[in-house]
Amino acid sequence: MKNTLRNIFHSGKFVAGFVIFVILLVTIIVYPLINPGSPLEQIGVGTFAKPGTYVSLYDAAKTSPDRERETLRLSDADDKRLAKALSDSDRVLMVEWLGLKGVDLEGIDYQDTEALLELWHENYDSTFKPKGMTSAAQKKYKRLNDALLDLQTGDNLTVMSEGETLSTIKKTDYVNVGTVTNVKLLPLGTDNFGRDVLKELVGATKTSLGVGIVAGIVATLLGLSMGLLSGYVGGIVDDFIMFITNLFTVIPGFILLILISYSISQEYRGPATVAAVIGFTSWPWTARSVRSQVISLRNRDHVNLSKLSGHSMLRIVVTDILPYIASYVVMAFILQVSSGILSEAQLSLLGLGPKTTTTPTLGLMMNWAMMYSAHTNGSWWAYFPVILTITLISFSLNLMNTGLDQVFNPTLRD
Amino acid sequence: MNEDRIVASKDFTNAPLCLSGRHVTKVFGFGDKKTIAVNDVSFDFHEGEFVSIVGESGSGKTTLSKILLGLLNHTEGEILFQGQPRDISTGKKRNAYWKGIQAIFQDPFSSYNSFHKIDAVLLDCINMRGGKNLPMEKKIEMMTEACSFVNLKFAELTNKYPFELSGGQMQRLMIARIFLLKPKILLADEPTSMVDACSRATILDMLLQLRDEIGMTIIFITHDIGLAYYISDTVYIMEHGKFVEYGKADEVILNPKAAYTKRLISDVPKIHEEWDLSTVDLANG
Ligand SMILES: Nc1ncnc2c1ncn2[C@@H]1O[C@H](COP(=O)(O)OP(=O)(O)OP(=O)(O)O)[C@@H](O)[C@H]1O
Ligand SMILES: [Mg+2]
Repeated sequence: MKNTLRNIFHSGKFVAGFVIFVILLVTIIVYPLINPGSPLEQIGVGTFAKPGTYVSLYDAAKTSPDRERETLRLSDADDKRLAKALSDSDRVLMVEWLGLKGVDLEGIDYQDTEALLELWHENYDSTFKPKGMTSAAQKKYKRLNDALLDLQTGDNLTVMSEGETLSTIKKTDYVNVGTVTNVKLLPLGTDNFGRDVLKELVGATKTSLGVGIVAGIVATLLGLSMGLLSGYVGGIVDDFIMFITNLFTVIPGFILLILISYSISQEYRGPATVAAVIGFTSWPWTARSVRSQVISLRNRDHVNLSKLSGHSMLRIVVTDILPYIASYVVMAFILQVSSGILSEAQLSLLGLGPKTTTTPTLGLMMNWAMMYSAHTNGSWWAYFPVILTITLISFSLNLMNTGLDQVFNPTLRD
Repeated sequence: MNEDRIVASKDFTNAPLCLSGRHVTKVFGFGDKKTIAVNDVSFDFHEGEFVSIVGESGSGKTTLSKILLGLLNHTEGEILFQGQPRDISTGKKRNAYWKGIQAIFQDPFSSYNSFHKIDAVLLDCINMRGGKNLPMEKKIEMMTEACSFVNLKFAELTNKYPFELSGGQMQRLMIARIFLLKPKILLADEPTSMVDACSRATILDMLLQLRDEIGMTIIFITHDIGLAYYISDTVYIMEHGKFVEYGKADEVILNPKAAYTKRLISDVPKIHEEWDLSTVDLANG
């Protein structure tokens, strides 16, 4: 037993999957402690705010620039602002004008905003009209000049309240973000309802993992007991259970899942119900493989010896059959959890997932993103992190499974 | 075939019956995949008799033994236990039946639950014989005795898992189990397949000793007709699921009638002849 555990943790694949999974788990547990509150709390009225740090404009403006220690004056602020405001096509126009004016263009750096502007103001003349220049073109240059003047002259901002000047903000004033009372960090922006996507995602991952685990437990327990019964008892019990599992192979489990979910009225369709429904529709394949393993085990002589020793059927199943399939059952459980999470996401995408106003699920987040067309309006943060999380969960679970498989069935190793 | 026998083969035809079969047939599968593993065999095994069932691989020996043990349902025919039709329809009746009939299986490696220490196997036997409430020292004493009966040291085996034992040790432990259980009938399916010639003689000795001590009926399954001749009272020769010949060991083997028996006998390696180099024609060899 100890040996097996050691082997498992020597398998690179298992460890990689395990580490990813543990990181996810730790995030789920720790993040709500750092950022408490309901994951579905609406923090703003706007929809699909871009990821980033949001600073209260009001607070920033009211932060008095006189408080020397907390503000900073950097003279290049204006240049940077100008550089950003001056588009490449404006720069091309300016150089064009200077060329017409006969300025030596040798050594002019388009990106050097300061030098370019200086040259412009030295040489611009609204009356200059070389031969062949239309008056439309002349007006175009005039407009450009006005805009440039505007950029540079727009002087200090004055903050007023009820006619009284509170403060004057110079173009070069900076304020430390730490002194602004209201700053909101939204690493993944907000969704269509104005909710913090990261917080929602953490909550959703927790619920979805829960759904997957409950579905996995239900499916594995059902599949295991059905498989044991069917394989060990045989006869009519076997026929009956095989009939049911055959039904499931004819009718795809997902269709059944949709039909059952559809028939449960919305108010009863919480995460737990959905998890149970997923579990109830996905046990047959576990049952089938458990059955075939039990059939090959039940004729082994150690089982015969146990019978000859007068052991009860229950004892034989528990002590002589179960230990031999335990490793398989663990692997089946991991796969069931993984497919349970995917099933929930698929169901929710179709609008048949859990109806909840308190807890999000990964599927529901996808559903909302789709309904409010996040994918067409470019709000990638509303759905891409969700897809990534789902992928990461199944990837880590499947990695663990492959690792376990290599330890338990060493013949499969390449 | 004139080696010394350790026991004179006795005639058991008038001894009390313990296990009989009438037209027992076992068919596996159906259609194209149908295998008739046991084909309409009838037999009478008597109390205290040492019976050998001899046949080639695949002749149906193990299948017949599983049927006799009640671990496999036969397709047709009837099994009689002590002259009465055998009834093992309920779990209780089966457990009562298994108090009287026990087995050593062909493959020692698959006979143990690899998750249990081997002590459990022996403790089970003591419990089954009503020793459940005995003090632990007494149980250990019994297990030590059983182990030393098969030349094993219990102290060296205790707390070990089956995979830590050799095939021969596993087989001998199975005999220790029989020693503790003392059943009326023992079905031994090739119990010496994993041991060297020397240990084989010891094991056979042990079986005969048990037979003499508790009047056990031994049904010994083997493919080695020489071995069967060496120890049994009665032999049944099995070919393709049928008994082609049976009778007192010396009568059958010294005077075989069926062609199959003759072939089995001629296949027994004749050590002296095979290794006598003087008979080998070196010039043509
Ligand atoms: N569970 C089974 N299902 C189908 N066929 C079986 C089964 N068990 C045995 N057989 C077939 O029955 C025939 C007899 O098998 P059995 O194991 O009784 O032979 P055996 O005499 O014990 O051979 P060996 O000396 O190799 O142990 C074989 O042809 C085998 O293929
Ligand atoms: Mg056999």
